[in-house]
Amino acid sequence: MEIFELTIHQLHDKLKTGAVSSVEATKAMLARIESVEPRVGSFITLTPESALAEAEAADRRIASGDADVLTGIPLALKDIFLTEGIRTTCGSRILHNFIPPYSATAWERLRDRGCVLLGKLNQDEFAMGSSNESSAFGVTRNPWDTDRIPGGSSGGSAAAIAARQATATLGTDTGGSIRQPASHCGCVGLKPTYGRVSRYGVIAYASSLDQVGPITRDVADCAIMLGTVAGHDPRDSTSVNAPVPDYTAALTGDVRGLKIGLPKEYFIAGLDRDVQAAMDRAIETYRRLGAEFVEISLPHTDYAVATYYLIATAEASSNLARYDGVRFGHRSEQAEGLIDMMTRSRSEGFGAEVKRRIMLGTYALSSGYYDAYYVKAQKVRTLIMGDFTRAFETVDVILTPVAPTPAFKIGEKVNDPLQMYLSDIFTIPVNLAGTCAMSVPAGFSAAGLPIGLQLIGTPFGEETILRAGHAFEQATEWHTRKADI
Amino acid sequence: MKFQPVIGLEVHAQLKTGSKIFCGCSTTFGSEPNSQTCPVCLGLPGALPVLNKKVVEFAIRAGLATNCTIAHHSVFARKNYFYPDLPKGYQISQFEEPICRKGWLDIQVEGQETKRIGITRIHMEEDAGKLVHGDVPGLDDGSGVDLNRACTPLLEIVSEPDLRSSDEAVAYLKQLHRIVTWLGICDGNMEEGSFRCDANVSVMPVGSDTLGTRAEIKNVNSFKFVKQAIEYEIQRQIDLIEDGGSVVQETRLFDPNSGATRSMRSKEEAHDYRYFPDPDLVPLVIGADWVQRAQQELPELPEHRQQRFITELGLPEYDAEVLTASRGLADYFEECVAFHHNAKAVSNWLMGEVTRALNDSGMAIETCPVIPRQLAELIKLIDNGAISGKIAKTVFEEMWNNGGEPQAIVEKQGLAQVSDSGAIEAVIDEIIAANMAQVEEFRGGKEKVFGFFVGQVMRASKGKANPALVNELLLAKLKG
Repeated sequence: MEIFELTIHQLHDKLKTGAVSSVEATKAMLARIESVEPRVGSFITLTPESALAEAEAADRRIASGDADVLTGIPLALKDIFLTEGIRTTCGSRILHNFIPPYSATAWERLRDRGCVLLGKLNQDEFAMGSSNESSAFGVTRNPWDTDRIPGGSSGGSAAAIAARQATATLGTDTGGSIRQPASHCGCVGLKPTYGRVSRYGVIAYASSLDQVGPITRDVADCAIMLGTVAGHDPRDSTSVNAPVPDYTAALTGDVRGLKIGLPKEYFIAGLDRDVQAAMDRAIETYRRLGAEFVEISLPHTDYAVATYYLIATAEASSNLARYDGVRFGHRSEQAEGLIDMMTRSRSEGFGAEVKRRIMLGTYALSSGYYDAYYVKAQKVRTLIMGDFTRAFETVDVILTPVAPTPAFKIGEKVNDPLQMYLSDIFTIPVNLAGTCAMSVPAGFSAAGLPIGLQLIGTPFGEETILRAGHAFEQATEWHTRKADI
Repeated sequence: MKFQPVIGLEVHAQLKTGSKIFCGCSTTFGSEPNSQTCPVCLGLPGALPVLNKKVVEFAIRAGLATNCTIAHHSVFARKNYFYPDLPKGYQISQFEEPICRKGWLDIQVEGQETKRIGITRIHMEEDAGKLVHGDVPGLDDGSGVDLNRACTPLLEIVSEPDLRSSDEAVAYLKQLHRIVTWLGICDGNMEEGSFRCDANVSVMPVGSDTLGTRAEIKNVNSFKFVKQAIEYEIQRQIDLIEDGGSVVQETRLFDPNSGATRSMRSKEEAHDYRYFPDPDLVPLVIGADWVQRAQQELPELPEHRQQRFITELGLPEYDAEVLTASRGLADYFEECVAFHHNAKAVSNWLMGEVTRALNDSGMAIETCPVIPRQLAELIKLIDNGAISGKIAKTVFEEMWNNGGEPQAIVEKQGLAQVSDSGAIEAVIDEIIAANMAQVEEFRGGKEKVFGFFVGQVMRASKGKANPALVNELLLAKLKG
C-alpha cells in the first residue's frame, strides 16, 4: 500500500519503527496532492514548506523517543480553523486576504502532538451549504465521481480523505457538515456532542450548533483524532469541563446486547432504494453481531429543517456582522463614506447563499417577528431534544441513513435551495439536540457511489457510537474500497 | 395649564476592574491606541467571550446597595447594530433577563421630604471602542478606531420614571454616584465618561395619570449639565404643547455650549437591535450563597453611616452629609475620632483645613500626608490647652509639608502655649504702657478697643499666649 493511503495508526507503526520518516510521508502526500488536486479541488491553500519543516521537527521528536501516535502524521484542516500566519478564508471572498494572528484550540492540540499541516481545505462559504458549491474558491469534486458534489460544508475535508490527499482531516458540523460529506465520500466522520470540542478559533456560523470533528479513513483513526481535540478549553465558555475518555480503548468490537433504535420517521417511503438497501444490510450485519433492534419514534423530526433554518440563520446574521471591512478582510475600493464602505464590502465579499441566510436570520430576529420565528424555533428545538432524550431511555444508539440519497450532481440543486436544505434532513436533528453522531461507510449505490450510515449516541456517548461503528467496520469491507482517481 | 415633568435616568457606570469583561486585556485609560487589545476585544473571527467573574461581583454589590433582587438566572444578549467602533457588529449586553431587578434609592432634595426612587434594573454589558479623528500619529487625514475601551465592563442602571424635577434627578444621580464610588466599583470620573447618564424626559398636565411622550437625552456628562439639559427639555416640551404642537418620541443630544438639546434621531430612525441570547455565553447562575457572601462583604453604606454620625457621634446633619461624600473621607473621620473623641472638632478640621489642603494640592483623602492618628493628636493638643487653634494651623502646615508628629513640632519650634500668668502679665504691662491713649478710650467706655489689645498681646507672644488667660488678665489690668 502507498504511504498516502495509510491510516493514522498504520502510518504511526511505520514512523515508530523508522520504516518511513515523517518527511517521506509528507513528501508522498504532497506529491499525491499535486497529482490529483486538479481533478478534485480539495484545497484552498497548500503549505508545503511549513509542512516539511514540521515533518523534520516531528522526525527529530520521533528519534528522541518523545512521540505519540499523531507525531509526524500529515493532516489538513477545513479552512474554517484559524491557523496563525496561514491564510484562513472560510471559503469566502470577504476573507480572501485574512491571515490570522492566532490558532484554533483544536489545531493547537494537534500541532502540539507533532502533526504536520499540509494545507487548508475547501468548504462551502462560511460552512453554509451541503455541496461545497458555495465556496468562493471553486467547487470540490467527489473523488468517486467527479461530476458529483462531495457533500458539504466540509466537502474538502471528506474529498481529501477519499482522494488520499491527507491521512486525516478536521471539519465542522452545524447541520450535518461532517457526516454528510463523509457519507458521500465513503469516509468516517464524527460530530461530537456540543461542548465536547472547543470552538475557540473556529469561524462561527451558528454558535449554538457548530461543533468540530474528524474525518478519517477508519473508526480507529476517528477515535485517535477525537481524543486529541476533545476536552475543556477555558477560552470557550460553552466547552464542557468533563474528562475525555480513552476512545481507542472503547473499540472492543463487541456490540452484543447493544440496543439500536430505528426511528420510523427516518425510514420513509421515497428513501433512495440504494440507501434503503444499504440500511437493510447494515441492520442484518448488526443483528449477526448480536445487537438488538427497537423501533422508536422521534415525532418532531418533520420540524427540524425549518427550526434549523431559523436558529442557524439568526445566529449567523449576527456572527457575520463583524465582516464589515473595517479591521480585516475585504474592503471595497469604490466606497464613499462609512456606510457605503460597509455595504459595498459586504455586498462584494459575501456570496449568494451567505447573503440569503443573513437575510433570513435578520428577518427572524426582527422586531415583531422574533417571537413568531426565533422564539418559536427555540421551543421546537426543546421538543426535538426531548424526542432524543425519550428515545435514549430505551435504546443505546440510533441508526439512520446519513443522507436521503447518494451524492448528487454538481449544479443539480444549486438553484433550488429548498431541495438543497432537505438533503440534511437526517443530520440536522442531531445538531439541534446537541448530541453526537457519526457516519460510517455502509455500502455503495448501483452507480458506485458511497452510502453512509449514521449512528447517533447519547450526549457524551461518543464511546458507544465509536464502538458500534468500529464493530460494523470490522464486519464489513466498505471502508477499504478506494475511489479510482 | 400647569405641567408635571416626569424623568427617568439610565446611568452607565464603568466598572473599575483591572481587566475587560470578556477577555484578559487591561482596562487602563489613556494608553496608546489599540495597545490593549486581543482577538476577543478586536472581534476577530473565531474569538469567543469568557465572562470576568469580578464584573459579576461588582454588579451584585451594586444591586445589593440599591436594594435590588439579584437574579438567580440571568442571560447575556446580543444587541446588533453596525458601527466602526463596535468590532463584532453587536454589543454583548443583557436584555430580557438582567442580573439585578426591582430596587430603590432614597433621595433628599433640600427643603423636601425623603423620596424613594425605584430602580427598574441593573445589567452588565461591554463598552464600544472609540473613533479618533485626525491629529493622531500614523493617521493621515482620515478617522481611526481605538479599541482599547472596547469590551471594558459597564453597568447600566435604569431608574423608574419616578423623578419629578431636575433637582430630584440630580439628587438621585449624586446618590447613585456616591454609592458606586463608595462600593469601589466605579471611579465616578464623569469627565472621562466613567459615569454617564441618559435622561428620559416627558411632561404631562398636573393631575393627569397618563404619561406624555418622552424624549431621550443622550450622554450628559456632569451634574450641572444634567440639570441644565432636563430643565431645557421640560421647557421645550411645555412650549411645544402650549403652542398647539406635540412632543415626538426621539433621541436628542445635549449641547453644553448652548445649553440646548437638539434632535438626533426620530423613533422611525431608531435601530431594530434584534436582541437575542448570546449563544457563546452560558446563562449566568448565581447561587444564594454567593449573594449572601456579597451581602456580608458589603461595606456600611453611606446613608446608614450618615445617620450614625448624627445619632452616635452627635454631628450636625450638614457635617454628616459632607463627611459621607466619599468612603475615604468617612473612614478617615472615623479613624480620627477613634483616637480622639471630639467628633465635632475632627469634623471641623476635616471640612476646613484638611479639605482646603487636599484641594490646593489636588490630592485625594486616601493619599493625605497627615494620617488620621496625627490629625487626632493635633486636635488633642488644642483640647488639652497645649496649643491654640491658631498655632495648630501652623503645626498642621508643617506636618503637611514636611511630615512629623504634632507634639514634636510644637516642642522643636517652641510653639507650646504660654499659660504662665506672670509671663503674660509682663507682656500686657508693656503693651498697656505703650498704648495709653487706647487705654483711656477703653476706660472711657469704648469697649471695642479690647480687641486691639488682645491682638497686640497675641502678636507679641507670637500667638503662643493662652487666649483665655490673655482675656482674663487683660480685662483685669485695663479696668485697673
